Amino acid sequence: MKILTTVKRVTDPDMKVRIQPDQSGIVTEGVEYKMNSFDEYGVEEAITLKEAHGGEVVVVSIGPGAATKELRTAMAMGADRAILVETDADLDSDAVARVLAEVVGREEPDVIIMGKQAVDSDRSQTPQILGSYLNWPQATFAYKVEIEDGWAVVGREVDGGTATKRIKLPGIISADLRLNEPRYASLPGIMKAKRKPLETLTPDDLGVDIAPKVKVLNYEAPEERGAGEMVDDVDDLINRLKDEARVI
Amino acid sequence: MKKYPQFTDEHEMYRKAVRDYCEKELAPNAEEWEDNRLFPREVFKNMGELGFFGARYPEDVGGSGGDTWYTAVYAEELPRCKMAGLAMAMLVQSDMATPIINEIGSDEQKEEFLAPAIRGEKIAALGVSEPGAGSDVAGIRTTAKKDGDDYIINGQKTWITNGSRADFITLAARTDPDDRYGGISLFLFPTDTPGFAVGNKLEKIGNHCSDTAELFFENCRVPSRYLLGHEGAGFYYIMQNFQGERLVGALTGTAGAQIVVDNTIKYCQEREAFGRPLTGFQVTRHKIVDMETRLEACRTLSYHATDLFDRGLPAQREISMAKLMVGEAAMEVIDQCLQLHGGMGYVEEGPVARAWRDTRLLSIGGGTSEIMKEILSKLMNL
Repeated sequence: MKILTTVKRVTDPDMKVRIQPDQSGIVTEGVEYKMNSFDEYGVEEAITLKEAHGGEVVVVSIGPGAATKELRTAMAMGADRAILVETDADLDSDAVARVLAEVVGREEPDVIIMGKQAVDSDRSQTPQILGSYLNWPQATFAYKVEIEDGWAVVGREVDGGTATKRIKLPGIISADLRLNEPRYASLPGIMKAKRKPLETLTPDDLGVDIAPKVKVLNYEAPEERGAGEMVDDVDDLINRLKDEARVI
Repeated sequence: MKKYPQFTDEHEMYRKAVRDYCEKELAPNAEEWEDNRLFPREVFKNMGELGFFGARYPEDVGGSGGDTWYTAVYAEELPRCKMAGLAMAMLVQSDMATPIINEIGSDEQKEEFLAPAIRGEKIAALGVSEPGAGSDVAGIRTTAKKDGDDYIINGQKTWITNGSRADFITLAARTDPDDRYGGISLFLFPTDTPGFAVGNKLEKIGNHCSDTAELFFENCRVPSRYLLGHEGAGFYYIMQNFQGERLVGALTGTAGAQIVVDNTIKYCQEREAFGRPLTGFQVTRHKIVDMETRLEACRTLSYHATDLFDRGLPAQREISMAKLMVGEAAMEVIDQCLQLHGGMGYVEEGPVARAWRDTRLLSIGGGTSEIMKEILSKLMNL
């Protein structure tokens, strides 16, 4: 079974985000980068499936040359080879999906497993748009994946509970955070990752126009949260929630 | 930002793996394991499976064949577990009790002791110190008497890290009572040997989650195939082995102190007194800069020693200096951090107390500061 998985190089979600003075983006100076955490679940699941069913895990990233670090990390965890579609542009979800669709056309995987969203832009659109371009079935927000006889049975997290969906492969699965516990890269894994193949392409090589359809006009920081307030008792709390906050 | 160009992407990837593991899997248990005076045995197994013990061991014994900078990364990230005792136990396993097996051990000895230690299946301890001989290694009295194809071991060891549950001990014993330096030999001693007993676990002022034990040997019979290297060459092997041990001590000590300083900087930026943050006072800022500068000097000297060691060049001078400098600086810096935290520094649930206690060991363990100075005096022909 050939499994394609994706990783995005994102700004460290634990850092304090600062907006540039002209509101054109966030300040990237001195910022640490890491693999999108939802993609860690995707990579882990891809490797687990390979361990159970055999086959190959191909990991794909779209981003700057530095994203080779995240690809090497995925290979240190156990992915077999990597493809970087190198661009310094900030792609919208549609462009990402079109680039991936071309990669999928070349690789012809049996299943695609990707993070449900990137923790930097938090859009959660790419798996769904990709499903549409490929005309493949999709099961998003997976907390459980089982593959049998050319089908995937996917437990999904939905509002108010869970749902189970069965999709015919090839298909797309997007990973939620309860899907698994991503493994740590072992040192032998890290050493091996150095020697695994990493192919670099450009959006041009794939014939994809990455000009954005969605334009971000400006970035604004959310309003600073005020200090908390101590209330005297539960009754007071309920009254204040009713009358002042109007949330109950 | 701090950048040290000797670290490659692979080193940084390894750094992240060790750091994540220590922060997520170990640090949350710190209070419990410290209270229990022991951390679970599985930690050895888990770290072994991740290849953390095998950084610079060759692949044929299950290592990764990396350079010494991998060892440096590992030594620097272990303190993220917030227990110097656990960090020390791991360093004993990977860099104190086992390197000598790799250097002089037979293939059979590597197979039986080194490989399972790297996998984390066998816990290793280093048995040198005795009640009457610590840094004065030539003063040991534990004896190993040749008897046919065996050696009979009698004596006592103390201050042995991992001692209460080690599966084997890299053990120094006297094979010739009359030859002070040339009469010491090393053995690989399985702790299921009849006549071996673990005495009291020693209560220490710090490193609480690590077991430190007294060990007793009464007519313990070991086959001569467990003699490590040549009979009578033990003193030389131990001195050689000390270099790696002191180097990782300097690296981990600097990194541990740096974590406390980084946390102290955050605290001083947030904590207000007299209407401004503590960093609003020049005295605080200058104190912080002094601490950062001292640690940078410690790190740079430790890295220089690492570089020489990695190239296989003589490094005893630089390693002794690094061990001496870090042992003293880390204590003083963390003491200042405690002072800056005020009451929060003195209480047990604060972020400094444990590190303050644990760090006291640095100028004692692995050779005291005074021994480092004696070594350096000799090297300088004073």
